[in-house]
Amino acid sequence: MLKLENIWMQIACESGEDKEILKGINLEFEQGKLYAITGPNGGGKTSLAKVIMGIYQQSQGRIYLNGEDISDLSITERAHRGIAYAFQAPPRFKGLTIKDVLNIAAPQAESLQQRKYLRDVGLCPEDYLDRDLGPGLSGGEIKRIEMAQLLLRDNSLSIFDEPEAGVDLWTIQKLITLLVSSFRNNPAKTALIITHNEKILPICDEIIVIEDGMVAGRGSASEIWHLIKDDIECKVRNQCQGEMLYEIK
Amino acid sequence: MKLNNLDMDLLGSIAELHGIPKGAINIRRDGEAVIRQSSPNIILSSKTGNNPGLLVEIKPGTKNETVHVPVILTQPGFQDKVYNTFIVGEDADATIIAGCGIHNDGHGSSRHDGIHEIIVKRGGRLKYIEKHYGEGSGEGTRVLNPTTVIIVEKDASAELEMVQIKGVDDTIRKTEAHIHEKGNLKIVERLLTQGNQQAESDIEIIIEGAGGAAQVLSRAVAQGNSYQIFRAALIGKTSCLGHVECDAILMDKARIKSIPELMAEDAEAVLTHEAAIGKIAGEQLIKLMTLGLTEKEAVEAILEGFLR
Repeated sequence: MLKLENIWMQIACESGEDKEILKGINLEFEQGKLYAITGPNGGGKTSLAKVIMGIYQQSQGRIYLNGEDISDLSITERAHRGIAYAFQAPPRFKGLTIKDVLNIAAPQAESLQQRKYLRDVGLCPEDYLDRDLGPGLSGGEIKRIEMAQLLLRDNSLSIFDEPEAGVDLWTIQKLITLLVSSFRNNPAKTALIITHNEKILPICDEIIVIEDGMVAGRGSASEIWHLIKDDIECKVRNQCQGEMLYEIK
Repeated sequence: MKLNNLDMDLLGSIAELHGIPKGAINIRRDGEAVIRQSSPNIILSSKTGNNPGLLVEIKPGTKNETVHVPVILTQPGFQDKVYNTFIVGEDADATIIAGCGIHNDGHGSSRHDGIHEIIVKRGGRLKYIEKHYGEGSGEGTRVLNPTTVIIVEKDASAELEMVQIKGVDDTIRKTEAHIHEKGNLKIVERLLTQGNQQAESDIEIIIEGAGGAAQVLSRAVAQGNSYQIFRAALIGKTSCLGHVECDAILMDKARIKSIPELMAEDAEAVLTHEAAIGKIAGEQLIKLMTLGLTEKEAVEAILEGFLR
């Protein structure tokens, strides 16, 4: 349902030189599957997600959604075609309540649905609906609200950027269960999850490793463990001076 | 006296009045009280002398009652000035809904100066809402100059919500507060200016009693070529808490000047301020666009929430 064809993207550095962030990415994603995108920090995962959403513009390449070339569509147009992106670090708003943002995300959704999805991400609707989506919320709460927005929107392609970041251990398991129930064996929906979490990776149908702006590997969980272990682990170790980002089992 | 559709539209904008409610109310139109009614616990009467206006007395112990005192100007070029006094009795709990709406289709300037004195007696609780709004096709300006002096007595509390919705060409807002022992005051001010409009807000809070507390939350949006000045002075004369927060969104070629001022006269006075002025953050716009809004709709949603 989504095809990325030779995607390149560059950014201007402070030095004045352009730096290539994505280097000829070719990927296809099937409808009804749950994908994990993983790899070392700075490898281009979030940039790739933002290119798909239209937040970043690719310097080369084309993007096709269900056969339609969406490469030149705006963010809004892509949202109307069913693409949604849950930010790695969602912005906060002074004055907009959680209910306001849920209403924007899904204007047709009923209050019962809003409450259901807040409960699903572990937040009590009575305590949260009328709260500002502002500085008073913790990073973990903001991430859970971000996930509720996407699930409420009923998109055909949902992209979650590190949904586990800042979320407590007890809630992470709840979110994993929610991702499984929403996307596994759901022929109408596709999800891409950018993650480093060893509990999220195995629930995905397929894992794609992005490293240095390129696809470094792709396969099922059992296949990619081996790739990650042999190919990524030592680089991650080196980059982190011996500290592992995630444990390979 | 019958109110026409224009009057009701203005009253709807400033006081959410869509009919005449039961209870205490005074509607002033073009310098005259056109509707006045008291309730058993809230007595409205005229003040005479050099400073004519309205006297609103809320009896001690009154609970959960509301009084509406909106002002509307519909005659082009009308100049209005009124001195109102509100007394919230001991241990009373009441809401005052004030506000002024101007409709000016003419060339002359329409202006309302509302000078309000509010006394919240010991243990009393007050919520005061004042919304300002201007409209009309005339070239004449719509000017609103509110002055509010409030005394919050021992153990009393008050919240002032003061909003300039839109359409006011020029405003000079002066607010002075005196807080006694364990008194508590919160001021929420929201101002929108557009075009060549100008707004000046000058707030001075003197915390005179031990354990007193004050909070000022200001949100401003300046668009077009408009200009706003916001000054909030907190003076802590004893052990007290005070906080001023000013957030402003700047658009187009507008300008905003924010001047927080803290004066602590006691080592136990804890006074803080924070101010932020800037354009709408790009990531906020992008976030709402990923939810399906256009950029224009995203701006409108952010401003609506910010000024609500």
